[in-house]
Amino acid sequence: MGKKSIVPFGPQHPVLPEPIHLDLVLEDEIVTNVIPSIGFIHRGLESLTEKKDYFEMVYVAERTCGICSFGHGMGYCEAVEEVMDVEIPDRAKYLRTIWMELSRLHSHLLWLGLLADGFGFESLFYQSWRIRERILDLIELTTGGRVIFSVNKVGGVLKDITPDMLKHILTELDQVEADVRVIEHTFLFDYSVQSRLKGVGVLSRKQVHMLGAVGPFARASGINIDMRSLGYEAYGDLDFEPIVSSDGDSYARCEVRIHEIYQSIDIIRQAISKIPEGELSVSVKGNVKGEHFVRIEQPRGEAIYYVKGTGKLYLDRLRIRTPTFANLPALVEMLKGCNYADVPILILTIDPCISCTER
Amino acid sequence: MYQLYGKIGESMGILTFTGQVLKNLVSKPVTTSYPEKPAVYPERSRGHIEIDIDECISCGLCTRGCPPRCLKVNKVEGTWTINRFDCIACGYCVQRCPKKCLHIVPGYQKPGPAKQETVYKKSPEVMAAEAAKRAEIAKKAAAAKKAREEALAKKKAEAAKKAAEEKQEIQ
Repeated sequence: MGKKSIVPFGPQHPVLPEPIHLDLVLEDEIVTNVIPSIGFIHRGLESLTEKKDYFEMVYVAERTCGICSFGHGMGYCEAVEEVMDVEIPDRAKYLRTIWMELSRLHSHLLWLGLLADGFGFESLFYQSWRIRERILDLIELTTGGRVIFSVNKVGGVLKDITPDMLKHILTELDQVEADVRVIEHTFLFDYSVQSRLKGVGVLSRKQVHMLGAVGPFARASGINIDMRSLGYEAYGDLDFEPIVSSDGDSYARCEVRIHEIYQSIDIIRQAISKIPEGELSVSVKGNVKGEHFVRIEQPRGEAIYYVKGTGKLYLDRLRIRTPTFANLPALVEMLKGCNYADVPILILTIDPCISCTER
Repeated sequence: MYQLYGKIGESMGILTFTGQVLKNLVSKPVTTSYPEKPAVYPERSRGHIEIDIDECISCGLCTRGCPPRCLKVNKVEGTWTINRFDCIACGYCVQRCPKKCLHIVPGYQKPGPAKQETVYKKSPEVMAAEAAKRAEIAKKAAAAKKAREEALAKKKAEAAKKAAEEKQEIQ
């Protein structure tokens, strides 16, 4: 029996740019228990429904998170549209799908870079972010913003993607795919990378299921859960299968995300080939009366948007459950028994976004 | 050559990134030396809000629809004020403007030591034209009010006269 000690981890940490605090109970170099504490950056975002009307809340909702901003705006709009029984035009559905997948691409490439940085592979980190830059340029070209899209509105979308832009997206995606193939080989087959990822932080299918994890984190442990299969927006018209791995370790999480990059590229290509002509939005009149909740697949996993209105211009309640919120219990379980040096990498493998968890 | 190094590395499971590293060493830099070389923004870039102030009718719809509440409109003074440091460039005011005199254009707000407001004031000619228009509307309204009052007084007088006649008949 080794000597027990408690090491505080975060909220500021050189490897992890997320404000989570963990008290790690160590026995020699092995973590035996983890006590998490969050709440350092609560912004009271949901209570802003008292001050902003339901049209303005789109812009508040999409500022829940910097990386999944589009998904948050889209999820909120979808929930309000469901309550108000608004059917948005087909073209708007396809445009939302394209932007959502561009958002997933930039999130996954960002995560790959952070992971490479986590295990000290600086050049791989820069290479990943260099590829991501192309996606950010596409987002800026089509929406006007690099991180915050601001193209969603209740009833559709605000901007169209012109045929020239769609063509440009396809050309850029070919290059992105070729570039990802290069880094994929390093992430999956390099000896030193494998030594940091393989067999580290293993969670079984049963454990992940019991702890309610979502997204690529759950899919890496063999759970076939992908909210896009529900067929919201244009996903119902597109052909794709959730990417699942059964190993449940950090390597599997990396593998799932890399394959999801190719999947997203494929979904965008399909959406561009099928996108119909038509209106971008429908006019919405009246106020929100009733309640509804929708589930969408954010890059980090399933996100839930609950909206309740009582016929006023201001919503009664808005509740957003982000993927990291669902993944935290599994993270705590995963850290038990791991080596102290692996803690930053293991936290990174859930792709944490504490800022959106605390809203 | 770099491809050869990469292939050798990959076959051994080590140094798999060597090919890319060598390629990067002989390629042009991906980054640009900003700010010496100015950034190129796409046409849709949401940089900052601009206003055609002389087109503005000071209706105030933009101020009511601004999520960070960074806009102020003064109808009497003919001013439109924006705090660019609070503005989140969402473009909601542009959507709501009934005269389409607000635009979102490329170019970000430069940093500064304090949150300063930018005030736009209508030109004296537009102010004079608006004042004349307001005076005309007020004149019309006053005339209409006077006509209404006269009609009411006439109606009252007729009613009083009728009542007096009825009273006389009863007596």
